[in-house]
Amino acid sequence: MNTTAQLLQNNKSKILETWMQNQLQDNSLRDDLISNEELRRQSDELISSLARATSTGNVDNIHAPEYETVIEILSDISITRARQGFSPRETGMYVLSLKQALSAILEEKHSDQPEVLYKELLIIHRLLDNLSVVTFETYIKGREEVILRQTDEINEISTPVIRVWDGILALPIIGTLDSARTQIVMENLLQEIVNTGSSIAILDISGVPAVDSLVAQHLIKTVSATRLMGAECIISGIRAEIAQTIVHLGIDLSNIKTKASLATALQLAFSMRNVEVRNSSKKTGFSISR
Amino acid sequence: MIVMTKDTMQIVREQDVVPFRNRVRELSTKIGMSLVNQTKLITAASELVRNMLKYGNGGKVMLETISKNAQSGIRLIFEDQGPGIPDVQQAMRDGFSTGKSLGLGLPGAKRLVNEFDIKSAVGEGTTVTIIHWKHGR
Repeated sequence: MNTTAQLLQNNKSKILETWMQNQLQDNSLRDDLISNEELRRQSDELISSLARATSTGNVDNIHAPEYETVIEILSDISITRARQGFSPRETGMYVLSLKQALSAILEEKHSDQPEVLYKELLIIHRLLDNLSVVTFETYIKGREEVILRQTDEINEISTPVIRVWDGILALPIIGTLDSARTQIVMENLLQEIVNTGSSIAILDISGVPAVDSLVAQHLIKTVSATRLMGAECIISGIRAEIAQTIVHLGIDLSNIKTKASLATALQLAFSMRNVEVRNSSKKTGFSISR
Repeated sequence: MIVMTKDTMQIVREQDVVPFRNRVRELSTKIGMSLVNQTKLITAASELVRNMLKYGNGGKVMLETISKNAQSGIRLIFEDQGPGIPDVQQAMRDGFSTGKSLGLGLPGAKRLVNEFDIKSAVGEGTTVTIIHWKHGR
């Protein structure tokens, strides 16, 4: 058994105490997010598994099977911390404060043998630096999961299909139209056409910042699919600068009904369904007849 | 021609397209480009950056604000180390695509901007340079 493992094995409780003290003293301790008992349990578990791993004689390759439990515990801790809203600093300090605790104990033990102290410190530092990199990696993975979930949620809620009139649907599209988004838009639209028996759909692209050939291709596909279902599609919200760009790009939208604003598109839809909106001469303001 | 500012952006994922487009918008607003010219430039940039992702496995874009004869403009250089284009003339033709797209990306981008240059070597990669002037047509 090597000296590092011995040190961990024999001084387990002392290391835990020093480490806990370090953690409790640190300003970044989040006692609002994690209780002291929980923190102590986590730390105890980590030291025990670290002692077991080092006892095999391996102190530098953390990808070896004997470190599996250590990495598992660490990953678990940093992923939960990422979800709970700990900052990177607070998560990183967890492992780094163990390094401080171990260094302090080593210093005490080998104060008369600077050469041994130096060697031991080097081993401990290398090992714990590797472990803290693992913490960061998993912390970021945890955060990415949160972001991915949010992206899914945004995609879900950002493609509403609105029934504006009997038989007329409107789809305001906001943001970039990529393949995944088009798929959702198309699915929602086609489903809603079936559900409501609508014959006209208005796709409003006022909120799409740039219309390039890929976006245009997705729009054309959506229109074709709508037509296959027997409904007519109107694209509205084509701004002046976008119209010029589409012409220069050479995209042919001539067999698709397009309008500058949602209001004019709605007017067209009304006339296609023989609905008339007119000012009434009476004091009510306006009335709708069919 | 004088280069006023220089910046590089790595494009490796689909998610890099939107920040890149916003960066181009920011630069063109800064030099006072009109909305139509801005939209043209951004659309052309968007086409080229998508090509880079789809066919060149990503790459990098250099964004420069330049000045010539007291007129300012924006130069974008798209560089990838992808498979390259065997026949550039064919790729520049409307409706030609090796993917399943409309085949308007390269020729469309050329029509949208003031200056367009493409260099490609098979096995080495492709470099596309575009310039759009503040008061370009």
